Amino acid sequence: MVGRLALNEAESSDRVTDRNGPVFTARGLTKVYRMGEVTIHALRGVDLELFAGELVVMLGASGSGKSTLLNIMGGLDAATEGRLVYRDQDLSRATDRQLTRFRRDHVGFVFQFYNMIPSLTARENVAIVTDIARAPMRPEEALELVGLGDRMDHFPSQLSGGEQQRVAIARAIAKRPAVLMCDEPTGALDSKTGIKVLQVIEHINEELGTTTAVITHNAVIGRMADRVIRLKDGRVDDIQHNATRADPVDLAW
Amino acid sequence: MSALHRKLLRDLAGLKGQVAAIAVVIAAGVMTLMIAVTSLDAIQLSMERFYNSHQFADLYANIIRAPEAISERLADIPGISRLETRVVAPVRLEVPDYPDPVRGQILSIPDGRQPGLNRLYLRAGSLPQSGRADQVVISEPFAAAHGLRAGDPLRVIIRGRYETLSVSGIALSPEFVYQVAPTDLLPDYERYAVMWMNRRALSNAFGMDGAFNNVVASLQAGVNPNEVIDQLDRILAPFGGIGAHGRDELMSHRMLSDEIAQLRVTAIVLPGVFLGVSAFLLSVLMGRIVNTQRQQIAVIKAFGYRDRDLALHYALLTGLIVTVGIVLGVVLGLWAGDAMAALYAEYFRFPETVTRLQARVVAIAVLVSATAAGLGTWRAVAGAVRLPPAEAMRPPAPAVFRQSWFDRSRAGRRLTQTTRIILRNLSRSKWKSAMTVAGIGLSASLLLLGSYQFGAVGHVIDVQYRKVLQKDTHVTFVEPTSARVLAELKAMPGVYYAEGYRSVPVRLRNRHLSERTGIMGLPQNPKLRGLIDVDLQPVTLPDEGLYMTSFLASRLGLRVGDRLSVEIMEGSQRTLELALAGTVDEPLGVSAYMSREALNALMREGPALSGAWLLTDVEARPELYQRLWEASRVAGIGLISEAEDGLRAYLDDTVLVMMAILLLLAGSITFALVYNNARIAFAERERELATLRVLGFSRGQVGWILVGEIALLTLLAIPVGWLLGTLFSWLLSLAFSMDMMRIPFHLTHQTYAFAAAGVVMASSLSVILISRRLGRLDMVSALKGVE
Repeated sequence: MVGRLALNEAESSDRVTDRNGPVFTARGLTKVYRMGEVTIHALRGVDLELFAGELVVMLGASGSGKSTLLNIMGGLDAATEGRLVYRDQDLSRATDRQLTRFRRDHVGFVFQFYNMIPSLTARENVAIVTDIARAPMRPEEALELVGLGDRMDHFPSQLSGGEQQRVAIARAIAKRPAVLMCDEPTGALDSKTGIKVLQVIEHINEELGTTTAVITHNAVIGRMADRVIRLKDGRVDDIQHNATRADPVDLAW
Repeated sequence: MSALHRKLLRDLAGLKGQVAAIAVVIAAGVMTLMIAVTSLDAIQLSMERFYNSHQFADLYANIIRAPEAISERLADIPGISRLETRVVAPVRLEVPDYPDPVRGQILSIPDGRQPGLNRLYLRAGSLPQSGRADQVVISEPFAAAHGLRAGDPLRVIIRGRYETLSVSGIALSPEFVYQVAPTDLLPDYERYAVMWMNRRALSNAFGMDGAFNNVVASLQAGVNPNEVIDQLDRILAPFGGIGAHGRDELMSHRMLSDEIAQLRVTAIVLPGVFLGVSAFLLSVLMGRIVNTQRQQIAVIKAFGYRDRDLALHYALLTGLIVTVGIVLGVVLGLWAGDAMAALYAEYFRFPETVTRLQARVVAIAVLVSATAAGLGTWRAVAGAVRLPPAEAMRPPAPAVFRQSWFDRSRAGRRLTQTTRIILRNLSRSKWKSAMTVAGIGLSASLLLLGSYQFGAVGHVIDVQYRKVLQKDTHVTFVEPTSARVLAELKAMPGVYYAEGYRSVPVRLRNRHLSERTGIMGLPQNPKLRGLIDVDLQPVTLPDEGLYMTSFLASRLGLRVGDRLSVEIMEGSQRTLELALAGTVDEPLGVSAYMSREALNALMREGPALSGAWLLTDVEARPELYQRLWEASRVAGIGLISEAEDGLRAYLDDTVLVMMAILLLLAGSITFALVYNNARIAFAERERELATLRVLGFSRGQVGWILVGEIALLTLLAIPVGWLLGTLFSWLLSLAFSMDMMRIPFHLTHQTYAFAAAGVVMASSLSVILISRRLGRLDMVSALKGVE
């Protein structure tokens, strides 16, 4: 189901040299926002590193702050307080324009509800990202990677949830991002489809060396990670290193 | 093509209903502008070309009879560039196989050649040959009305003598662009003719050998016409001159300038209102469409698209919609403008009616529409990109609702849950609801404005013909005639009642303001020619003192009790001082009135009449007209009912056609707005409605949330529309105060009902269209996706 991938030599060497240094360093991240009439303390001082090439699963109950943390690391949102550094770039002080650049050049997103553009086909939903990326793969190539080579000209309304999520992954990785951010990628899917999606993510991490963060409330998924970071009430509760990563096929829930 | 551009095209295709509706809104605004400006430009341009190419004269003077010898003295007056003397003779005509009396005038032209001033544009045939006494050129509209062609014979009575003439050519003259009999307001091409004949032949027939009774002159550039007029008057006074005048008092030019002035107002007021309203609606609608794509904007932004990429994307979307609208508006506007110009060509006879597309107008239309649409789009896009993408993608927090006093009231507690949803939705987004109410209200106001004009114009005609002119036949005499003639008229077959009047041409002057008009001497309580006040009640003329239409009084800056000078321009010319005793309210004309006895006394004459009005038996009319025709003192016979028909036809043709177009436009704007609102409301609520369906609400109950909201907003908008429409109508009635016709500020219940019915209909139609969508509401998918 998953095709082979030819890596650009310069990019692969870039990743290899960085393999051991932290990609993200977060210190004392705080996020407070208002939702309707309620003030929510989503993050209450998070300290954290993400290392190049690793696959991290962030676990936490609803309201633990995991999505907020992912959004801030992905440049979708700004922290209220604290410091966040991506390689040598201080994201906590970045302007909106710099965040846009950062997202465009380095980050791929996968959302729980796929967030397809309904008026575009699968191929075009990927193209919307490759159009503005620096050295992207062809949209067809990305769709082959997620096993959707035969459904490229289907509109989102003609695809199942799992297929839409795989298009979303193709869309996220087509630009060859340094970081892949997945927010509950299996949240809206049944377990069989969910495992297929996780296999794709796993494969991308392996093949492309993309630093990958997956957030979920499903503890089982933690077994496929290098590290499992548990969040609780807006703080890092516990970090667990897995000696070996489980194959997603062996997961069950 | 980039994926983002592809999204643009797909969005356009997906929104085609809404895009079409918005394009109609733009097109309506642009079209109004095009129609008004194109017809104004066509008339003005055609007039200027005709006047220039055919040497339209600047000054005109009538005298009773002056010897040709003085023409050199006239031509030597400083400031005159060219001067020609003419003979002008009133005639009666007989057209083969046409029963009604026909009046006309024959003007002289130099033997066998074109005059130097007011040259003729020959449409067919040729000028009379030099030396021929039996050839005439006739005016084109008269020729067309009777199907006359070059070579056809005509029987003409000049000074009581029959002459058989033949038509040598058919022509137009800049002097008779608007060809109307001296006593009429509207052209009657069948019953009034203008003809041109060789000078010698006409002089012979009219007894003017070696003399003239009419002068035309052109001025050197930069000369003050009043000084030249004074000089002309001084030389011509001994020969029965009744005062020279400029173009502005020539009937044809006056009507033409009035029409141009009216069109100029129309060209500002109506497009201003329409374009303004459509700009407002456009901005609201574009804003809403963009708002429905908030989540998509956030996603695209998450991928790393810059704000300006998104701004460009939506600017293109708006730009394409605006382009469609403007192209539609320009094409339809040009077509309708041409059609209007053709209608005007029926009344204003030019050799050719020139229409052209004016880049300036299109530029204004583009600017206004693009700015309005751009503003609405920009506001929404700016709002959507301002939020960090994470926040924009987050499912919206349950919006803040509050219980109001109404919920706690007895009536409030009885509401069904769905009705409660409607009320809370509306009260929560107060700004949006207010915009919607304002938008629908504006549409209603356009409907009101359109139907107000229909009603008001009808009202003018009713007043004029039911209250003012209650006679059916109008007889004018060759010269003032003893009042004893009234008894003879009453004795004629089929005459029920006859009323005589005296009419004297005057110039009324109040300081620097002056107006050439006539004083009508009427019986103190006229029965056939009503004088009415503001409340349409009859006015009784006092023994002495001058009355005039309130329009004329205000034009002369006079109030009741003020004194004004009256220059009498008939017979021995004198200037008198009179006081303004009162005003009458007539929608048409600029007349002044006195009791006949008082006017006779003023003229130092016995009881004399200039004409009479008759109330007659329809059956006996042919015989009556025959008898009147044979009476030598009768100069003309006017058929009032024909005139009313003429006026109604004229108004139908010009004013009402324009109004009908505006009404149609207002209707489509209303529909476009309400339909779009309903579509957007549906898009915004789709999830909520699907949730309710899942919870077990029936389709009808769920539909009520949408329909109830639209209905409530429409109901709230109606009084707003009435208010705004009344204001617009009032503004328009102020702007439309011309010599020819004043549109009164007269709004009826029907006008208001029509405006309300219009928006209710547009709403109902939208609801029907939307409810088809409601039937297809997919509960499952609506609950799954966030898009």
